[in-house]
Amino acid sequence: MMEHYPALIVILPLLFAFVVSGAAWIKEELCFPLSVVGMGLSALFSILLLGQVAATGLVEYRLGGWDTPWGIGYRVDYLNGLVLAVVTGLAFINLIATRKNVAEETPEKSGAFYCLYLLFIVGLTGILITGDLFNLYVLLEVASLTSYALIGMGSGRAALSSLNYLFVGTVGGCFYLLGVGYLYIMTGSLNMADVATLLPKLYNSSAILMAFIFCMAGASIKMAFFPLHMWLPNAYGLAPTAAGSLIAPLMTKVMVYVLIRLMLTVFSVDFAFVVLKMAEPMVWMSSLAIVAGAVFALAQKNLKRMFCYIIVSEIGYMVGGAWLGNNAGMTGAILHIFNDAIMTLCLFLCAGSIYYRTHGLELNQLKGLFVKMPVTMACFVAGALSIIGVPPTCGFFSKWYLISGGLQAGQYVFVGALLFSSLVNAVLFFRVIEISYYGDFEAHHGHGSSGEAVMESPASMLVPLLIVSIGLIVAGLYTGSIVNHLITPILVQHGF
Amino acid sequence: METIYSIKPLIAVLVSICVVPLLVLSKKNNIREGWTFAAAIVKLLLVLSMLPVILKGNQIVYTLAEVVPGVAIRFRVDALGMLFACVAASLWIVTSAYSIGYMRGLDEHSQTRYFVFFALALSATIGVAFSANLLTLYLFYEMLSLATYPLVTHHQDPEARASGRKYLTYILGTSIGLVLPAMLACYYLTGTLEFANQGFLAGACNKGLATVLLIFFIFGFAKAGIMPFHGWLPAAMVAPTPVSALLHAVAVVKVGVFSIVRILTGVFGTEMLGQFDLGVVVCAIASITIIVASLIALSQDNLKRMLAFSTIGQLSYIILGVGLLSPKGITGGMLHIAMHAFGKITLFFCAGAIFVATGKRNISEMVGIGRRMPWTMGAFFVGSLSIIGLPPTGGFLSKWYLVLGTLEANQITFLFVLLGSSLLNAAYFMPVVYRAFFPPPGTAMFENKVQEAPVFCAAPPVITAFISVILFFYPEPFFRLASMAVRFIGGQ
Repeated sequence: MMEHYPALIVILPLLFAFVVSGAAWIKEELCFPLSVVGMGLSALFSILLLGQVAATGLVEYRLGGWDTPWGIGYRVDYLNGLVLAVVTGLAFINLIATRKNVAEETPEKSGAFYCLYLLFIVGLTGILITGDLFNLYVLLEVASLTSYALIGMGSGRAALSSLNYLFVGTVGGCFYLLGVGYLYIMTGSLNMADVATLLPKLYNSSAILMAFIFCMAGASIKMAFFPLHMWLPNAYGLAPTAAGSLIAPLMTKVMVYVLIRLMLTVFSVDFAFVVLKMAEPMVWMSSLAIVAGAVFALAQKNLKRMFCYIIVSEIGYMVGGAWLGNNAGMTGAILHIFNDAIMTLCLFLCAGSIYYRTHGLELNQLKGLFVKMPVTMACFVAGALSIIGVPPTCGFFSKWYLISGGLQAGQYVFVGALLFSSLVNAVLFFRVIEISYYGDFEAHHGHGSSGEAVMESPASMLVPLLIVSIGLIVAGLYTGSIVNHLITPILVQHGF
Repeated sequence: METIYSIKPLIAVLVSICVVPLLVLSKKNNIREGWTFAAAIVKLLLVLSMLPVILKGNQIVYTLAEVVPGVAIRFRVDALGMLFACVAASLWIVTSAYSIGYMRGLDEHSQTRYFVFFALALSATIGVAFSANLLTLYLFYEMLSLATYPLVTHHQDPEARASGRKYLTYILGTSIGLVLPAMLACYYLTGTLEFANQGFLAGACNKGLATVLLIFFIFGFAKAGIMPFHGWLPAAMVAPTPVSALLHAVAVVKVGVFSIVRILTGVFGTEMLGQFDLGVVVCAIASITIIVASLIALSQDNLKRMLAFSTIGQLSYIILGVGLLSPKGITGGMLHIAMHAFGKITLFFCAGAIFVATGKRNISEMVGIGRRMPWTMGAFFVGSLSIIGLPPTGGFLSKWYLVLGTLEANQITFLFVLLGSSLLNAAYFMPVVYRAFFPPPGTAMFENKVQEAPVFCAAPPVITAFISVILFFYPEPFFRLASMAVRFIGGQ
């Protein structure tokens, strides 16, 4: 059993996706519990697998028993072990938290919704776990196609924005595929580890350079790296609540993982930083992404769209950190994958909880929300503090590593961009907090009790939300352990 | 000097966080206030139980988690931290009593929220006092900024919103924009953030960089109210008076000053500051604030605003004292943390008591009020004596040491700054007291009948005024703690 964890993590959601779509024909109420079982098992095995990885350093699995350069190998080390556990764990929490949203927003279609939900997870876990470049492409398309469908289930212009995302996303996928094609032509292999051993002789080949650029461009489109972010705010902002809070925190982070995986394992640190002279411009681009995301976020009048632009900014953090080319920067980038997933989920769950009660996320509709939904808003504050980077929330510590990395590398523009975005985030979130802290001034005179009634979301939403927001602080306090036991070893292996 | 490992500092910090659920769940107001008192007393006892250990010259250390290589969330109780913690913890009890009188007297809304955030603010204050390194200090500093926001904006009207916005802009803006990069730069230079007797930065940077970092830190801890980052303090006076009293005369502003004192002594170290002639820079910045704030205070009619500007000036005394870099000056500065706290909280309590009893906020409306509220105005008189620095009040002692410090450091200019400021203090306080008791004939605005505020409101200022006087005759344990802290800096 234990040795099959890697396969089970991917196959169980796939299996349950079919079961769910079948169950929808029989009885729609069955879909949710079945999805919970499938998702829960996948998350459980991911966490057990992370334990195994932490003990041994590397877990390898051969699908169907074929040896690796020819067959598909799953290869889990510290890096993807960590991301895998976070992705499946958070997807599980989100699944439970958004049950009422799904029932309300996609009535009669919850079977299809949960089936797509699980298939999306198949895609993400597959991308994370695989050691094969082409397999990664296939699962990337699985994740992308299901996310197009999930987003398209939203109301209003969701279908249009999903189409837009489909066009852009397909271009991104094609770029990646082209890159992999070049690699296959030059090396004859698709296995990451195998390619990595074959590449050093070919570093000066322009075909390898093109392969790298195509792969990077593809990943950049899929992760919404500025200025390739145009598809993201509409797609994530208009998606159904449950889909938005699933895709927004996870999809972009998984793509950052792909970027780091390609840099560390496939092309190697030597190629990325020594042979190519790309680090400097990439850090500059990232700084631009950070600033632009922050400024665009300031202009938003809708809570969810504001979060979307914050994601664009956060992507800049991670890409920039990865390209700083030193230990602290890369640590910050990897840590931020982990932290940003948690805090983005926290914010989107808050938005979901607010939307469930108020059916509006325009900023001026949030008045007096602290009285109406105290628990949700407390969690919102926790998420906000983490995004701003206030200790002891986890967001502070990844920012700490990123800024130290920037100082070490002498990239003061990047440091400035990070500080600027912290300040802008403070403005963004305290604007929201201010609006929701004050009610209508006319109806309220500051003395005696205010008449607003509490109308908090049901416990099924609040408990997961509370877990996530407590997780923000716990993750912050355990930063030291995470870095020492999971991130530093992988960086040492790859020559940082 | 021994180092003792104990969880007590952590508990002392957490007590008032742990009481929050109890406050929220309390069904009756009296039970809720009972919990507040219980937490306040437990906190004070915990702090006091560590006092003998500290007075013997030991330190108490507790490490919560190592979050970044070389930097942990760690508490270390030393003499300076103990001094500040004693002040904050003991005044919390008095303020709790006063809060009850004030909030009930005015039938304020959202009292539970008020007491909850008050408790959180106290946790953060003690956390700052016991921080062993810059990261921990920064953590609690930010926590305090956020916990006090709902207190400052308690009234939830447009004025409170404007002030709250100003408050956060100044406090968060400077801490993220200035302190955070300076802290990271220190970490990058030395790989540690742990406070040391002679500063951990010593020998790690040149004069130019040290100057820049110092400027970043001094202005970054905007809670200290150094001009031009003082604007939040008068604005924050829209808060209910107990908040102004404890937070804006004791906890919040003193946290700012305390942080700067830690920066000067624990990060830079007096030797390095002296070597680069940076002490004079600090003193000059502080002197400008002292004089300008006192001049502005002269022209204020709103009593709380006048007290706010007086606070801004007095805070810089502390920084000036430490900036002198002479043992007596530093002693005076540290002592002033305690002496000013007792004096200024008395004055704020009096302002609030007047407001509760008569609804008056402006000094021009208080002519002859001494006849009606003799106890309150008597306390006000004692409090202002302490701020001016006249015997028989504690304020005299700290100012005495500050003056000696300027002589010791051979900085006569700053001696005149201190003396000039004392005259200005007298010039803005004494007319208030004089006209309260001896109104010119026919101008008295109150009937000749004693009618004080409710006892919970009237007793606390009398108590703190009394303590101010006692501190003149018996300035323990503050004096010993301050002189011990100075000896640690001297490396003994």
